[in-house]
Amino acid sequence: MLTAILTIVLIVGGAAALSWPLGKYMSALFSGRFARADGLFTRAIGGSPAQDWKQYSIALMAFNALMFVFVFAILALQHALPLNPDGQSAAPLDLVFNTAASFTTNTNLQHYSGESTWSYLAQLGGLMWLQFVSAATGIAALAALARGIGGQKDGGASMGNFFLDVQRAAFCVLLPLAIVVAAVIALAGVPMTLQGAAQVTTLEGVAQTIARGPAAAFVAIKQLGTNGGGFFGPNSTHPLENPDFWANGFEMIAILLIPMACVWMFGRMVGRMKHAGVVFGVMLVFLLVKIGGAVGFETAPTQAFAALPVMEKVGNLEGKELRLGATTGPLWAVLTTSTSNGSVGAMHDSLNPMTGLMPMAGMWLNATFGGVGVGMINMFLYIVVAVFIAGMMVGRTPEYLGHKVEGREMRLAVLALFSHALLILGGTALFAATAWGQDALNNVGAHGFSEILYEFSSAGANNGSGFEGLGDGTVPWNIATGIVMLIGRYLPIIIPLAIVGSLMAKRRSAESAGTLSVEGGTFGVMLVITIVIFGALTFMPAAALGPVAEHLTLMP
Amino acid sequence: MTYLLPSIRLWLVTLLVCVVGYVALMLAFAQTAAPWRADGSIIMRDGQAVGSELVVQNFTAPEYFWPRPSAADYDGMGAAGSNWSPTSENLAARAAETVARYGATADNPIPADLVAASGGGLDPHISLDGALYQAGRVAEARGLTEAEVRDLVTSLAHAPGGVFAPEPIVNVLQLNLALDRTGA
Repeated sequence: MLTAILTIVLIVGGAAALSWPLGKYMSALFSGRFARADGLFTRAIGGSPAQDWKQYSIALMAFNALMFVFVFAILALQHALPLNPDGQSAAPLDLVFNTAASFTTNTNLQHYSGESTWSYLAQLGGLMWLQFVSAATGIAALAALARGIGGQKDGGASMGNFFLDVQRAAFCVLLPLAIVVAAVIALAGVPMTLQGAAQVTTLEGVAQTIARGPAAAFVAIKQLGTNGGGFFGPNSTHPLENPDFWANGFEMIAILLIPMACVWMFGRMVGRMKHAGVVFGVMLVFLLVKIGGAVGFETAPTQAFAALPVMEKVGNLEGKELRLGATTGPLWAVLTTSTSNGSVGAMHDSLNPMTGLMPMAGMWLNATFGGVGVGMINMFLYIVVAVFIAGMMVGRTPEYLGHKVEGREMRLAVLALFSHALLILGGTALFAATAWGQDALNNVGAHGFSEILYEFSSAGANNGSGFEGLGDGTVPWNIATGIVMLIGRYLPIIIPLAIVGSLMAKRRSAESAGTLSVEGGTFGVMLVITIVIFGALTFMPAAALGPVAEHLTLMP
Repeated sequence: MTYLLPSIRLWLVTLLVCVVGYVALMLAFAQTAAPWRADGSIIMRDGQAVGSELVVQNFTAPEYFWPRPSAADYDGMGAAGSNWSPTSENLAARAAETVARYGATADNPIPADLVAASGGGLDPHISLDGALYQAGRVAEARGLTEAEVRDLVTSLAHAPGGVFAPEPIVNVLQLNLALDRTGA
């Protein structure tokens, strides 16, 4: 109990403390305070004209389309390209589609094992490149949103320049942090080599082949950019991807760091740090509740061992790594799904039933810190809904930071929030009812349903973790989750930009005594209620059929 | 063209900096600062590569300590967990096999980590309890006293995360290498 609390305080507290200066720096960066770097970046792309919300969105979509096409080509042609020391063969095209969609959308759902599927060129030049630019896309979108809400001094409609913002995010935020993280974990034991697999003869005389490769560089950006795609199949449970307790703790902080900093960056850019404080607090409350639930439920021993002479001291150990300590499994599960990261430090499929509900809830809300940039954007949608409802309740025109929130903005926000639920629940229903889903299950009964529900939650939330027992490397799964990831990525980015574009077109009013303050506890409570009603209640029936049913029927 | 040209230039510049530059830098750093780690922590004995310090290998002979069960069958190229629910009957059946292999009884219950498969199937460690549980068998097979073996085990045990993760663990490969060095 005490060690669990100490670990949680170390990781969450450490990340929160570091997020403050980082948020300050990011705000300065995206406000154009580094003129020399901006000049260099502008020259690299041949000019950086101001873009309104439509132009910014088109630029974002154009570059993301190019990302997808380029990586699709690299993955599809890897067998004919260099840097393939282990002789990986051509991958099926449905898997190539799924993987390209997955990494372009910052999801990193992996229907493959890296060490036996992709060449080093595919991993580095394709997937790792996307881990940088997809994360930069999310941060850029938040910068644009914040500029729009903060308001242009000249009353113009500019949201900045997408191509400039991506370079700021990639070169000035992600890259320096990735270098630090990669250096630390390389010292701890994550391989960084271009040699192929190592051949050894074990002490008992058996040949063993050990996959390795340029993993340290890959793992660092995987954690920082809320990507989550592992170099090796079982992600951060693999000892070469996560070699010891301290590297593990360092990586958990890396998972939380930028999503947390994004809240402060937003607050500074709109000039409302008290508001950002309330939002940060609300996100933190949800995060801690989920951590408490997960760590608590995971102290129950493995139920399957109950009738056997097994001595269980530290809770359920199936799917866990001893060097990472007893708290890491459930803690990491919550961090990685609260932030849309999707790397795993224990096998989520083997978590106790109610523990497994916590990561699912994280993906359903998708805004309790959320993905880099996009987590705060999702929270913006909840904020719009919250101020609208609050305004209606007290009978005043709802306003957010001086912008009138009316029917049009509200309709767009609800569309974005409900599309998330529709993608997850619709996909789950379709696959649970057909052989596509039923034939892929690794567990029976309620837990089998949870596997399908988890997979669509992960795709819809652009998370990327999984109940990995699911046999999801099939054509229907690859195509369906590929489509869900693409819609689940771009709707919740474009719609908020459209909302802000709509807000910017109206005359800004001064805040008066009648305006609902977005800086106090009342607003915080209102926001919590909105998130619970919109984000969580929608998924209650599905949760009852999966983890809750399993818990009630099979746990003592 | 307004969007295509800058997209292509952005593609080139990010690829150059974030992939070529970054990978070259990290390769240079890791291969200079920690070359043995960078190449996979491969342990050599008498000029022979016998394994990675960080990756488990299977042991079945009685004179060696045995690792945790592996859903990947200890395959360094195909790491995986069982992905069975803790309530799964398959898991109960696999655990029963392990219990039988160790001959565990209600009076002498087996530590859980020896029965539970790890996440990646390549966990290089067992718990100190799990190692001590096997000390009798190993001592008998090697003609050592149980006390000697227990001392060796204890000397190699460490808490992985200090106060944050105090349950002591032992690296199976290092323990077995140390056993071989005793000459027994």
